[in-house]
Amino acid sequence: MNPMLLLMQANAFTHFYNPAAPISGAPWLWFTILKLLVVFTVIMVGVAYLTLAERKISAWIQDRYGPNRVGPQGLFQPLADGLKNIMKEETYPDGAYKPLFILAPMMSFIPALITFAVIPFAAPLHTRWGYVTMSIANAPIGFLYILAITSLGVYGIVLAGWSSNNKYSLLGGLRSSAQMVSYEVAMGMATVAVLLLAGNVSLEGIVEQQVHSGWNAFPLLIGFFIFLVAAFAETNRLPFDLPEAESELIAGYHTEYSAMKFSMFFIAEYSNMITASALMTTLFFGGWSVPFWTSVNVAPWVWWKTLITLIAFTIKVVFFLFLFMWVRWTLPRFRYDQLMGLGWKFMLPVALGYIVIMSGALLVLQAVGIAPDARWLGFVPVYWAILGILNLVLAALVFVVLDRGRIVSPAYSRIEAARIARLRARSVRSALTPVEGD
Amino acid sequence: MTHYGLFFQFHFYLFGLIAVASALAFVTRQSPVAAALWLVNTMFCLSALFVMLDAQFLGAIQVLVYAGAIMVVFLFVVMLLNLGHPSEVADIKGLGTRLAAGAVGLAMLAEVAVLARQKLPPLLPDLPEGANVVTPVAGPLFREYLLPFEITSVLLLVAIIGAVVLAKRRA
Repeated sequence: MNPMLLLMQANAFTHFYNPAAPISGAPWLWFTILKLLVVFTVIMVGVAYLTLAERKISAWIQDRYGPNRVGPQGLFQPLADGLKNIMKEETYPDGAYKPLFILAPMMSFIPALITFAVIPFAAPLHTRWGYVTMSIANAPIGFLYILAITSLGVYGIVLAGWSSNNKYSLLGGLRSSAQMVSYEVAMGMATVAVLLLAGNVSLEGIVEQQVHSGWNAFPLLIGFFIFLVAAFAETNRLPFDLPEAESELIAGYHTEYSAMKFSMFFIAEYSNMITASALMTTLFFGGWSVPFWTSVNVAPWVWWKTLITLIAFTIKVVFFLFLFMWVRWTLPRFRYDQLMGLGWKFMLPVALGYIVIMSGALLVLQAVGIAPDARWLGFVPVYWAILGILNLVLAALVFVVLDRGRIVSPAYSRIEAARIARLRARSVRSALTPVEGD
Repeated sequence: MTHYGLFFQFHFYLFGLIAVASALAFVTRQSPVAAALWLVNTMFCLSALFVMLDAQFLGAIQVLVYAGAIMVVFLFVVMLLNLGHPSEVADIKGLGTRLAAGAVGLAMLAEVAVLARQKLPPLLPDLPEGANVVTPVAGPLFREYLLPFEITSVLLLVAIIGAVVLAKRRA
């Protein structure tokens, strides 16, 4: 028998939703519709208020006030923006390919919204008809579904760029497709380690594994790092917002869009951020589980457990959303060759090597006979700690030895030091005349 | 298929109809970008059919690989070559090629009809609730069919090396 399969079976815990009483029939249908409506509303309102949060946080970081005119502290600004976007005139460029020009915003908007369908956002709710899982669709394929749908997000951007019949839009679209395809690979590879640990692709299974053996962020530190960077690239957020680099491409792929169609790209970006944050929470930070209070994370389910885990999930997601904004207003944009170099020459090889090292480590742990939920002295999670220490060592290797200004290099590291010294000396000699020659 | 309910049958025919219609639109469109998008739609419907047959892994992979990766690269190439607008498409083949393509299509339809009359292999047993959906695919792939699997990966590697060599020669 293949050892990897043995490992997967060893890691598969007994399912902790009581299989005897899942909800079914008509109540199931009603609860699904209810969950659908509630999640959709929460995401749309969340997106609206994220735009306000982004402006407020940017103002805070840049020591300004931010929007503060519409309503108390500018709280109704998103309403005003939404109303304005609906009332504005829709414009169509003469040379645009109209069917795709109209379709493109929808094609970036829909995948951004439907990815959230499989993410479990709280502990199962106990009702008189049975247990209701707190994700819209309790799909056993979970994680692969998310990978599949996020890989479609690129269509909206590419088609918007192409159908606008504008060279800046097209360049933005091409950049984004190359960027998203590149980072998707690293993103998928980085999460293989998570799937190995959980022995399952369902997100419920991954949360369950973390309830039993600790959050994945520490034992899979490098995987988390790669996933985090790839998530920034996949959502087209700074420092990777090359598709809409204002200084080069006006506004990139949405240059020709106005009113609500422009707004849809905006909504897509922010709902992608929500999904990416929820995904990082689920894969690496224990999903809805509450740290240090294990009794709330396991059956039997009661309503207040659902409530508390929902709050825990929300806090984690909000933290990652804040991280997205914090990074945006802190880091400058990458150059395009740096972006591609980072993706293909650094992230992908590291992710591939990481899979080999982690599978090896898991095999060794299994051969030595340390179970994932074993505790030393009753409380030290040994499996978690060993993998975490291995990852700390790897992280030191990756960051210190491998990348010393070599892969993501500033422009001046490309020429030899002697020439830089000569240039500097010359510019000091005559500060007013431009340096010629080189 | 008698033990499947009306719900199943309705959706089977719905997705089947959309898949066939999209495939027809795919071969009749003049603009390559529109054609590519119709093909993506066909892939989606096939994926939906896979999921309805409880082959969820296959359904997800269908979207991930074909719609999400291969067609994106196709679109990328079409846009880079600027083949976008219908007037710029010059390589539509003549009547002889079209007839030959039609003949191949008819032959394949006949093959489907013949296959449909044969006895189909038995269905895999239903998975228990909450079971791992990847294992039924991964098990045979890495045990019985390990050698073909590895040979396929070598084939892909050869293709990648070929692409790199061609690109280097051009530069």
